Amino acid sequence: MSRKDRMSGNEAVAFAIRQVNPDVMPAFPITPSTEIPQMVSTYIANGEMDTEFIPVESEHSSMSAAIGSEAAGARSMTATSSCGLAFMWEELLVAASNRLPVVLTLVNRTLSGPININCDHSDGMGARDTGWIQIYAENNQEAYDNYIQAFPIAEDKRVHLPVMVCQDGFITSHAVENILVEEDEDVKEFVGEYHPEEFLLNPGKPVSVGPYAVSAYSMEAKYNQELAMEASKEVIAEVAQKFRDKFGRGFTFFEEYRTEDADYIMLIMGSAAGTAKEAVDELRDAGVKAGVLKLRVFRPFPEDEIAKALRGCKAVAIMDRCESYNGNGGPLSSEVCAALYRNEVFIKTVSYVYGLAGRDFTVDSAKKVFSQLEEAAKGVKIKQHTYVGLRTKS
Amino acid sequence: MAGYNLKEVMSRPERLASGHRMCAGCGATIGIRAVLRALHPGDAAVIGNATGCLEVSTFMYPYTAWEDSYIHNAFENAGATLSGVETAYRALKKRGRLPKDKEYKFITFGGDGGTYDIGFQSLSGAMERGHDMVYVCYDNGAYMNTGIQRSSATPQFADTTTTPVGKNSNGKVQTRKDLSAIIAEHHVPYVAQTTFTKDFKDIHIKSERAIYTQGPAFLNMLAPCPRGWRYETSDIMKICQLAIDTCYWPMFEVDHGNWRLTYEPKQKLPIEDFLRVQGRFKHLFAPGNEDLIAAFQEEVDRRWEDLLYRCNK
Repeated sequence: MSRKDRMSGNEAVAFAIRQVNPDVMPAFPITPSTEIPQMVSTYIANGEMDTEFIPVESEHSSMSAAIGSEAAGARSMTATSSCGLAFMWEELLVAASNRLPVVLTLVNRTLSGPININCDHSDGMGARDTGWIQIYAENNQEAYDNYIQAFPIAEDKRVHLPVMVCQDGFITSHAVENILVEEDEDVKEFVGEYHPEEFLLNPGKPVSVGPYAVSAYSMEAKYNQELAMEASKEVIAEVAQKFRDKFGRGFTFFEEYRTEDADYIMLIMGSAAGTAKEAVDELRDAGVKAGVLKLRVFRPFPEDEIAKALRGCKAVAIMDRCESYNGNGGPLSSEVCAALYRNEVFIKTVSYVYGLAGRDFTVDSAKKVFSQLEEAAKGVKIKQHTYVGLRTKS
Repeated sequence: MAGYNLKEVMSRPERLASGHRMCAGCGATIGIRAVLRALHPGDAAVIGNATGCLEVSTFMYPYTAWEDSYIHNAFENAGATLSGVETAYRALKKRGRLPKDKEYKFITFGGDGGTYDIGFQSLSGAMERGHDMVYVCYDNGAYMNTGIQRSSATPQFADTTTTPVGKNSNGKVQTRKDLSAIIAEHHVPYVAQTTFTKDFKDIHIKSERAIYTQGPAFLNMLAPCPRGWRYETSDIMKICQLAIDTCYWPMFEVDHGNWRLTYEPKQKLPIEDFLRVQGRFKHLFAPGNEDLIAAFQEEVDRRWEDLLYRCNK
């Protein structure tokens, strides 16, 4: 039975970690994810879970130790944010290429500099090509639900890839909401036990992990890794369906909010989707056919599904909470435009950058974007790569 | 340790199989095989390895020379990686996913680059946290895998590719970092400095103590490199002997805080004897460079005296 509780995003994830009770969790504190290892340590200190917690001396070591423990045959996870994720970048690639189903709960925060502790997606986006599955949450409920789904996705034999479960720093991680939590045994049953096929601590069956490979082998290894990422789409969909069947909520690759007949769609990830939905409701009341496509799964990128979902609209705003410093828009913009082109969906697109380093994204900001989409649909040329809510002129 | 039997120890099955790609006359594999022989026959182990010569030469896909489970992760994190493996062992044991009577030992190898320098933080963290593991540094005194660049373990005046000898250079400017002492100051249960000489007794005993002492242990093993040191490969045992007889590489252990010399040369030899046989110090023997050798000797003497003091000699 689900029950209602009030929790911050960090509390919800820590609660889920206690329920999953993974074998090993190395972690190093960094704002705004620090509460997660703190809460896990408290659960352990109070005998409410018995995960082996490793208080490592850096994030680089937290991912290194997670790789060691996962390779050894233990279900392993860690938590981090921002510079912590950047510091473990090399290790993210090692985890994925060794096909280790490590789970990382990322509390999104901007990268330095200037040093700033607030939310944007530059940390997660910086790791977008490391071979990790990436799932983004809009709110505390999704942060909780996504964490529980991470293990069955990562550990599936068709996948064997690490999963990053992302929530927005402070906005989601620290704000308290009413959410539904599930019974411990239901969560444990959903996640299942971890039985890897090959692992270091397999008596009588030693294995070597992390080889040097010459060019004659390396490219095939990378190709197979890509095949696993592609195969994960099917598994993500199955796990999402199983979750819906059992707990009655959730989406697969994205949520479509009032998009059925929409002329103007905002494509967005994370907490700002809630703001966008509010703007859509107001615009709908005023007779504007607006909608929101909230992307949940960024890696693997659901290219065809997105193109199909946007096919019927006149214009789409692609919202990046991240700058790519390439003069050509953020990563979401680049990938969505490519998806539309390859699927021969030739609607108007406008790329926006918003909410960097915790800059507010308001209902009014969202409505302004929708009004520009209306202009774009009429054939007015709208400036691409526009900054929303900038004090200086964009 | 009484009862050391060279013949018995040498007849133990190899855990690092032949057929790997390390150089002829390399000290690393000689030393590592000696360390692995200290594992009691029948005991299982997981071996860790920092990136370096040893890794790229012993585990080139699809072949591995390692008879035990083995993990290479990256250059700078052998300490953290094996600490994760060791923690997994405790977690799986606790949860009944490994047989109660199944014992594993955890040993990780890194060169001086991966240990003294880029992996220093990871090593320090693993030692401080108290994992039941052994970190073995095979110290060949430079980044040999990338082509003989200086490290903080490189001796003063050594000719390396980033401290080349030239008109305005006498080789490396700085003296060596004393990593064994630094790890001893972590107050871990066991630290030892060793190399292989004569009957391999010293390295065997220290390896066995390191492996079978509960908690973190650190072994610093001098491992000559024929490419970087430029010596005749057949001279390797002689060079190791000269390293300890000149007190360039003192043999000692720190057992639960107790510093103990494990070898005291009957007659301390001048440092020239160690330097002369190595091409990387050739320039020190050019006329006019006597003061450099004197400076080298002075540093060796100062450190030796310091060690004698620590060992209550």
